[in-house]
Amino acid sequence: MPATRIVVPAKAKKGEIVEIKTIINHPQETGFRHDNVGRPIPRDIITRFTCTYAGEEVFRMDLFTGVAANPFVGFTTIATETGDLVFEWTDQHGAVTREQTRLTVT
Amino acid sequence: MLLPCHPRESGDPATRLPLPPMRIAWALLAAVLSTFALRALAQEPPRTIAPSDLRSGKEFVSPETRGQQDDLTINPGMLWVEQGDKLWRTPAGPEAKSCASCHGAPSALKGAAARYPLYDARLGRLLNLEARIQQCRAERQQATPLAYESQELLALTALVAHQSRGLPMSVAIDGPARPFFDAGRALYHQRQGQLDLACAQCHDQSWGKRLRVERISQGHATGFPIYRLEWQTLGSLHRRLRACFQGVRAEPYPSGAPELVALELYLGWRAQGLPIETPAVRR
Amino acid sequence: MRGPVEISRRAMLEGAVGILVLPLSASAALATPESMAAAMEEALGKGTPMKAGRVRIELPELAENGNSVPLKLTVDSPMTPADHVKMLYVFSEKNPVSNVVRFHLGPRSGVARVQTSIRLAATQRITAVARMSDGSLWSGAADVIVTQAACLDET
Repeated sequence: MPATRIVVPAKAKKGEIVEIKTIINHPQETGFRHDNVGRPIPRDIITRFTCTYAGEEVFRMDLFTGVAANPFVGFTTIATETGDLVFEWTDQHGAVTREQTRLTVT
Repeated sequence: MLLPCHPRESGDPATRLPLPPMRIAWALLAAVLSTFALRALAQEPPRTIAPSDLRSGKEFVSPETRGQQDDLTINPGMLWVEQGDKLWRTPAGPEAKSCASCHGAPSALKGAAARYPLYDARLGRLLNLEARIQQCRAERQQATPLAYESQELLALTALVAHQSRGLPMSVAIDGPARPFFDAGRALYHQRQGQLDLACAQCHDQSWGKRLRVERISQGHATGFPIYRLEWQTLGSLHRRLRACFQGVRAEPYPSGAPELVALELYLGWRAQGLPIETPAVRR
Repeated sequence: MRGPVEISRRAMLEGAVGILVLPLSASAALATPESMAAAMEEALGKGTPMKAGRVRIELPELAENGNSVPLKLTVDSPMTPADHVKMLYVFSEKNPVSNVVRFHLGPRSGVARVQTSIRLAATQRITAVARMSDGSLWSGAADVIVTQAACLDET
């Protein structure tokens, strides 16, 4: 499973806007490159990233070949209740990478 | 400034040997001085960039790239630092020892990276940080070796060097390290490749000037392993040095080669006092 | 005597042969403004006029490497259930694929603010379009100069 990094505060006040930043180790291979003997390197990209918060989807990103390697995204969500933030990256083959972290809301 | 492709000149004044009569005079002077404080003179080799003129590589990249480096929440190199942290705590080898088993937390190695490369008397060779990690893994953990440029070695190197982020580069070049320093310095000043360029010509004499659109840096190695936008991934100093050799169309030494480690020691001395920036972000 | 397809050593050294440094192969067609228009129509539909404004794109004026260029998007919107950004689309006029990235937002976002890093195949204009909850479309654009590396790196 590719390495991921999630940057999110562990705690937030109710109503506060929380900044979430995630990055996944993935070449996001475009399919337009060739190796050093001229063979095309096949396309291999992450196509979707979602964040659900206490079971409800609060953010979604559709990725194409124009997203840089090791796809990074920063987005926001309102702290509503203590709950799990679940992050899922799906690649073009349907393989899913899943990470989870708990947000405590006071 | 275009890359030079004119026929080889006789060499610029900094690297040209004196004429024979002058050479005799220099030899006599050296002999005279050697009876006095030659050791004092040899201890401090001449610096080609004054300490007050030292500039990190981050001053030669765009503000956006600098921003990516400075903000650790968006610095892509931190992905490897975090991976390194996981590997640090992962047991390996027949006795299931992790790095943590001996060292404790990674922060226990704060300051260590600033002193590398260093001469290990017991092993009888110069080690850079990668070599030290490889040696620890082979000897202390008896675990499978980590290849140069592997994701695992990059992650562990990034983790350890990151512990020294902000601390000044401070390598030792005296005693048994001195021959390696001299070899590194010689390589740095040696013209090579089809373009017949020495490191010194770009990074000592032409730093700040433009090579096409890019501004040439002073060639310091304070931020490695780096996230290089060109590579689209994290990479080691030796990978970057190999790219430089390719840039002047010279045959690069393999990663981990003693010539490159010696050069690394010279670079460390050259950057003395500059803060470590690992993981740096470069173009 | 140089043949018609030979590239002089001098030209290679000066980096005049662009295909050696671009991340794309010579056969990958760069998009045209027409193909971007087609992609936009497919994504946004026909009929709804696009108004310039409310969408702020932050991209460097000069990207020192087209492999990874930081992009920040902010949309002027209260992000309430009654009035919010539903979708943010990013289009390229020169990349081989006109669709770069899309963001699905909503009232739970709090603010319409996202950041990522994108690839730019060449100097070009990047266009971002926001679809609001009332169906209206707002757009912003930024021009970026993309430079090539001075030295080849084949590691």
